[in-house]
Amino acid sequence: MSDEDVFASPQSLSDALAGTGYLADAGLATVTWLAQDLDRPLLLEGEPGTGKTALAEALAQLTDVPLIRLQCYEGIEAGQALYDWDFPRQILHLRAVQALADRSPIGDGADALHSVEQLEANLFDERFLQARPILRALREAPCVLLVDEIDRADDEFEAFLLEVLSTWSVTIPELGTVRAQTPPLVVLTSNRTRELHDALKRRCLYHWIDHPGLERELAILRVRLPEVEEALATDVVRLVQRLRAEEDLLKPPGVAETLDWARAVAALGLSRFDPEVAARTMGAAVKHREDTERVRVAIDRMLTR
Amino acid sequence: MTVGTDGAACAGAAGWSAVQTLGGFARACRAAGLPVSADRERTFLQACAAVGLGDRDRVYWAGRATLTASQSDIEPYDQVFTGWFGGRAMHGVSLPAQSPPTLLQASLEEAGTDPTGGDDEVEEEAVRAAASATEVLRHRDIAALSPEDQDALRRTFATLTARPPTRPARRHTASHRGSIDGRATVRAHLRALGEPDRIRRRRRVVRVRRVVLLVDVSGSMSPYADHVLRLAHRMVQAAPRTTEVFTLGTRLTHLTRALRERHPDRALLAAGETVPDWSGGTRLGETLGVFLRRWGRRGMARGAVVVVFSDGWEREAPEQLGEQMRQLRSLAHRVVWVNPHRGKSGYLPVQSGIVAALPSVDDFVAGHSLAAFEEVLEVVSRA
Repeated sequence: MSDEDVFASPQSLSDALAGTGYLADAGLATVTWLAQDLDRPLLLEGEPGTGKTALAEALAQLTDVPLIRLQCYEGIEAGQALYDWDFPRQILHLRAVQALADRSPIGDGADALHSVEQLEANLFDERFLQARPILRALREAPCVLLVDEIDRADDEFEAFLLEVLSTWSVTIPELGTVRAQTPPLVVLTSNRTRELHDALKRRCLYHWIDHPGLERELAILRVRLPEVEEALATDVVRLVQRLRAEEDLLKPPGVAETLDWARAVAALGLSRFDPEVAARTMGAAVKHREDTERVRVAIDRMLTR
Repeated sequence: MTVGTDGAACAGAAGWSAVQTLGGFARACRAAGLPVSADRERTFLQACAAVGLGDRDRVYWAGRATLTASQSDIEPYDQVFTGWFGGRAMHGVSLPAQSPPTLLQASLEEAGTDPTGGDDEVEEEAVRAAASATEVLRHRDIAALSPEDQDALRRTFATLTARPPTRPARRHTASHRGSIDGRATVRAHLRALGEPDRIRRRRRVVRVRRVVLLVDVSGSMSPYADHVLRLAHRMVQAAPRTTEVFTLGTRLTHLTRALRERHPDRALLAAGETVPDWSGGTRLGETLGVFLRRWGRRGMARGAVVVVFSDGWEREAPEQLGEQMRQLRSLAHRVVWVNPHRGKSGYLPVQSGIVAALPSVDDFVAGHSLAAFEEVLEVVSRA
């Protein structure tokens, strides 16, 4: 399918995403389609494990462009996102030139001056440039740029990112300006550990991803794990849905955990999901000691009717 | 124009153009407290043009993507959307209707001075009297003050200086003193073609530590709530990017945005409009749990100084409060509990809530007077 077909309407985008195994609801499909149509970055917030990162992967897959990922962390600096000069290789280059010069001394002064200039220019050549994710995204566009967990980075980094996202260009003093031919499709994700700056939010389209409902989660399970039997998948999803809704867990299981849990039960060669099996395998989805106790009680209540 | 099949009852009847209807909707969202600026409005119109107006759901999503900026905006957005375009609610949540509290506006006249004036000596006397009256006010219990004295006290809040706590960051920066920076030194040597240069040094960057204020606004705290929020306002103003404020009552309300407003009275008015459960009941353990689940555990409370302003009146489930406090303690750098009753003579921490919470509290301080508030700021900045 060509790009035009994929982005013809929110519905066709939703269908195309489903083809890659990513089931988006109407809201997410519309917002993603808008992000592409208006050339705006897409800011996704939501519980961990609701498929924020997976959306970027699916988009890259279906438009057949590279996915470039920038994982943010506390203290990340522009240098780690843009570019760096490969210092050791520059030194090596100088040493090599020096060794050559020692063997065959240069004749007159003017010549030497000329070659020094050339040598210095060589030092800031393309081949000593280490392109980091954002520079790569600008050069390789069209592509999907995933800025993961932007809330972990500092304010200054956010401001820098905002600048790149509005101009789609970056200036390297030694080389000149790099501008994206077509703006890359940008997906930012945040786990809401802090409120992002309003300027960045204004630049983006905002979408809050919730945990999927019963039917959608079951459909996701069927698509991602076709080897798991229907009855087993239904049981697992139903239990997880009830755990999310009724139990006050420290970390409610996300879709990723549901998939792990179903996979774990299937790997044991079981096709039924009784309290005993569920209790034995719940380590796949429940990862806090406080939660384990609660879930153990809940499993007994929910599965023995 | 009409949006969808079942919408646009009011807008269509008035014979408005599409842009007027949509622009009016954006403005209605702004009036409901959503962060709708002129550029957001423009993006919204572009988005509507892109998705087309034939499908109500698509207009809904176009608006939600462009006019909201956080999870808490979704509920008011839904209400405005159904109110404006009619039809069924998309998510069907309704806010409990409660009137915001009336906040006393500080009087503009100075206490104790006669506006008609007099001779110099009388005026000086009046100023001195005002100064010593302030000194007395500093130590008096806020709940016992007359409304005029409370007004006078409000004006003295500007004298409180909040210094945010700090922590060493992961990064280093070049400095004249500090440990030797081997890499930078060697790199400088290399840059000088191996010629020895001066030795480079570095020190750790100091960053501001996050402060999270959890203010109990239930009925039993109402004599103090106004002043505690003024204190919170000072702290937010001192470090706007790293201070977060929530109110606890029957529900959890994120108040930071309201308190970023510079002028204290305006900030408090905005706060009053944001908090729906002013002077209601307390479900301290439960709302604290909501804070931990939705904000705290994600990282807001991690390594932060968490200050709880509450009298610890928990009627329903003290064990739950104790459990939540234990969790909070394990996340936070330091937990400070400010209890207005602690400043009263003969106070013993025997209420079930306080008893459950105390084992997980690092600092237990009073919060009944301006002087006590100064102590709170001191404890926080040292944390």
